[in-house]
Amino acid sequence: MSKATFRISRGSGGDLTPEDYEIEIGEGMVVLDAVHQIQSEGASDLAVRWNCKAGKCGSCSAEVNGMPRLMCMTRLEDLDLSQPVTIEPMHAFPHVRDLVTDVSSNYRAKKSIKPFKPRKPDNADGTWNMKQEDVERVQEFRKCIECFLCQDVCHVLRDHHKHEEFIGPRNFVYSAALEMHPLDTEDRVGDLKKDQGIGYCNITKCCTVVCPENIKITDNAIIPLKERVVDEFYDPFTKLFRMFKPKK
Amino acid sequence: MNGYTTHEFDVLVIGAGGAGLRAAIEASGTGAKVALICKSLLGKAHTVMAEGGMAAAMGTADDRDSWSTHFADTMRGGMYLNNSRMAELHAKEAADRVNELEAWGAVFDRTPEGRINQRNFGGHKYRRLAHVGDRTGLEMIRTLQDHGIHQGFEVFMEYTVVDLLMDGGRVAGAFAYERNHGTFHLFRAKAVILATGGLGRCYKVTSNSWEGTGDGHALAYHAGAEMRDMEFLQFHPTGMVWPPSVRGILVTEGVRGEGGILQNSEGRRFMFDDIPDAYSHQTSDNEEEGWRYITGDKEARRPPELLTRDHVARCIIREIKEGRGSPHGGVFLNIHWIKENLKDAEAHIKKKLPSMYHQFKELAGVDITKESMEVGPTTHYVMGGIKVDADTQMSTVPGLFAAGECAGGLHGANRLGGNSLSDLVVFGKRAGQYAAEYASGHDMPTVDEGQVQDIAKETLAPFERGDTGENPFQIQHALQDMMQAKAGIVRTHVEMTEGLEELQKLKARAAECGVQSNRDFNPGWNTALDLKPLLACSEMILMSAINRKESRGGHYHDDYPEKCPEHAKWNTIIHKSADGTMTRTEAEIPAVRSDLQEIIEENQR
Ligand SMILES: Cc1cc2nc3c(=O)[nH]c(=O)nc-3n(C[C@H](O)[C@H](O)[C@H](O)COP(=O)(O)OP(=O)(O)OC[C@H]3O[C@@H](n4cnc5c(N)ncnc54)[C@H](O)[C@@H]3O)c2cc1C
Ligand code: SF4
Ligand code: SF4
Ligand code: FES
Repeated sequence: MSKATFRISRGSGGDLTPEDYEIEIGEGMVVLDAVHQIQSEGASDLAVRWNCKAGKCGSCSAEVNGMPRLMCMTRLEDLDLSQPVTIEPMHAFPHVRDLVTDVSSNYRAKKSIKPFKPRKPDNADGTWNMKQEDVERVQEFRKCIECFLCQDVCHVLRDHHKHEEFIGPRNFVYSAALEMHPLDTEDRVGDLKKDQGIGYCNITKCCTVVCPENIKITDNAIIPLKERVVDEFYDPFTKLFRMFKPKK
Repeated sequence: MNGYTTHEFDVLVIGAGGAGLRAAIEASGTGAKVALICKSLLGKAHTVMAEGGMAAAMGTADDRDSWSTHFADTMRGGMYLNNSRMAELHAKEAADRVNELEAWGAVFDRTPEGRINQRNFGGHKYRRLAHVGDRTGLEMIRTLQDHGIHQGFEVFMEYTVVDLLMDGGRVAGAFAYERNHGTFHLFRAKAVILATGGLGRCYKVTSNSWEGTGDGHALAYHAGAEMRDMEFLQFHPTGMVWPPSVRGILVTEGVRGEGGILQNSEGRRFMFDDIPDAYSHQTSDNEEEGWRYITGDKEARRPPELLTRDHVARCIIREIKEGRGSPHGGVFLNIHWIKENLKDAEAHIKKKLPSMYHQFKELAGVDITKESMEVGPTTHYVMGGIKVDADTQMSTVPGLFAAGECAGGLHGANRLGGNSLSDLVVFGKRAGQYAAEYASGHDMPTVDEGQVQDIAKETLAPFERGDTGENPFQIQHALQDMMQAKAGIVRTHVEMTEGLEELQKLKARAAECGVQSNRDFNPGWNTALDLKPLLACSEMILMSAINRKESRGGHYHDDYPEKCPEHAKWNTIIHKSADGTMTRTEAEIPAVRSDLQEIIEENQR
């Protein structure tokens, strides 16, 4: 058994102070285990969200040593324990308490996206036929666990606070899943440009880097959506991007 | 006087897993004014964690399947303690509910013909589980959530209901606190639907999240509802056992559905050693035939790894007890062996079981395409629950409905894998429909301010004891250790008696627990309040289990290791008597309708 120190941001409403907790650590522990241990050994009011403890629900997002991560999937073995491990709440959202933030803007943004509207059923029993190859692209997007780490890292939200004008990478992934759904007949391109701010994205790919589900957010979701926008309107970044993209 | 905000709705749905979301969609569709409350953020309920799939006799992967076979499989799996009408409705309606999810945007894995594909699972005679890799629950909850947010019901996320309000014998609403700031809310409603999920958190080793504290079970019990079959817990045979911090996390049965085998430390496939008579005619007795079944050979019988969960779990315990376990106290689950039979086995495993691959790689440092997993039983699901009318899902309390895992009856003594996700949408829909109907025929009940103030006071009591009281996490851990030891997978009369005694002490400790700081997002306070439902559920489990002097399904009694036909005739009923004590009765099971009985018998041949 060895010891490690965790430097956790504590406080309410954005007024945060780092506090150090030293605990015994065991084999295979993840950051979320450390937080739970600290809670049950004394800091019972330490606020944290979690559910599945297996990377499936997207509740335990935080910034560990400055990196947006799922705490339940971050093993202590992979961190430098000679230094205190810092655990901070996500920065892009209004702070509630300790490691908990108010992520409701993401839900509001999603609601602004036009829902799924399928074509007429293919079969008399009201069902459809789709090939596995045709659904795979959409299945990639539907892996999203709504952890909002991509939203946290995107500078348009994090630094420029465009929460009400820019739906963010998570919601572009959602729009892409709908737009590329083989059965869908709705048109969302106008909204993406006008109300949902896709033009603010300058393809930095920071969102893709942090996605725990390895969704190729920028390449597979945002760029194809931008291309659809360009086909209908004009978008400076896509134009640039297209100029440099190798022709397939 | 404690302040609170009052809300009024026709139908109040408590719980936003598959069952609650489906209920809210249905109730809203009738024009009723509906609220949906959940403890976590929307989309994070247990349903999101479901992996393997959703059972429905659609016949897209095997055209021999039909609702009647699904019905018979469910009854056999439940060892005939099921409510047969619920099993009938479930088998008949599940396929429509799957297709409805597709119409709302779900993208299931496909057959070569472009239809919804179905996979093998334990206890199901044919390939019957619609699935999306091993993240079916995510697909279900997201589809319902994304469809639901446009249906007009109001969502209150991170609200926890602590008590139901009563107007005489009828339910009148619920009292809740909001997590972020601890403010109080009174929800008045004409009808209330409980869809609160399970109670795995009564145990130390569990696949359930912090939410699984049996709140709905306890709320209904305290409101006077009858509870059934509370002795039947499902210990899933394959939870992770190593490293310690992930102990209990689920390894989907889909691994065995794709050909995974169980081996002991000697490398022996021990499931061949004990095949129960009820299943011998449909279970293979050699490896070659078992593999043919996995590859879709309709002549082949199922491999023994796909026997029902209760049986597989006990075989694993036997191997461990007799010294043939794995280094960390489990057994081996091996999927990499399929490369003996399959060229591109590695890619196949990653495609079919992506999140299992990920989970073991990230959390245990094990590559399942090359190494075996170490697995052992974990507390997973509660078959018992609120007793409901099969057609309407109304409990024995007027105006109070229940659906999903917190309702009892469909699964009898043991649930088949995949039958929960289908349960959620079949009975979620029914609960929504009939609760809305009930609401439209009744006036708003009255609320007693005295009752509200009593609840508010009790909810704040842990703060009054403050630092002088015991840390609620410690009490929760002590309860979980006790239940694990005294009411686990193998039970004895002596241990259960001790369990009931220890429970009384734990109740006394819980009454003295204290929490620090304020009401803002305070896990200590939240945990203190969770103790009440955890204790009520643990007592219901022990009280029910100690009286069933036989072994059946999820209840294994070491003093009575056999099934007893006399005990197949009744269900355990628990309810709160007028003086507040917990009472238990045995309720005779009504005769199964003759046409259904015929189906059962045909399928036994
Ligand atoms: C890891 C795992 C894998 C599984 N795999 C499968 C599978 O492959 N196939 C299958 O059929 N089944 C599977 N199951 C079982 C199945 O997922 C669950 O039984 C099912 O999801 C329960 O759904 P539910 O709607 O009843 O409740 P849940 O999804 O558990 O939701 C309960 C809801 O109630 C809310 N709630 C609870 N108490 C309160 C309260 N006091 N106040 C307000 N809200 C409250 C919670 O916040 C939550 O929103 C699996 C379960 C687990 C844990
Ligand atoms: S690629 Fe676009 S959406 Fe992603 S982080 Fe960069 S600016 Fe934000
Ligand atoms: S796209 Fe990836 S990072 Fe963004 S919310 Fe979904 S899972 Fe998280
Ligand atoms: S707790 Fe579910 S993703 Fe971490």
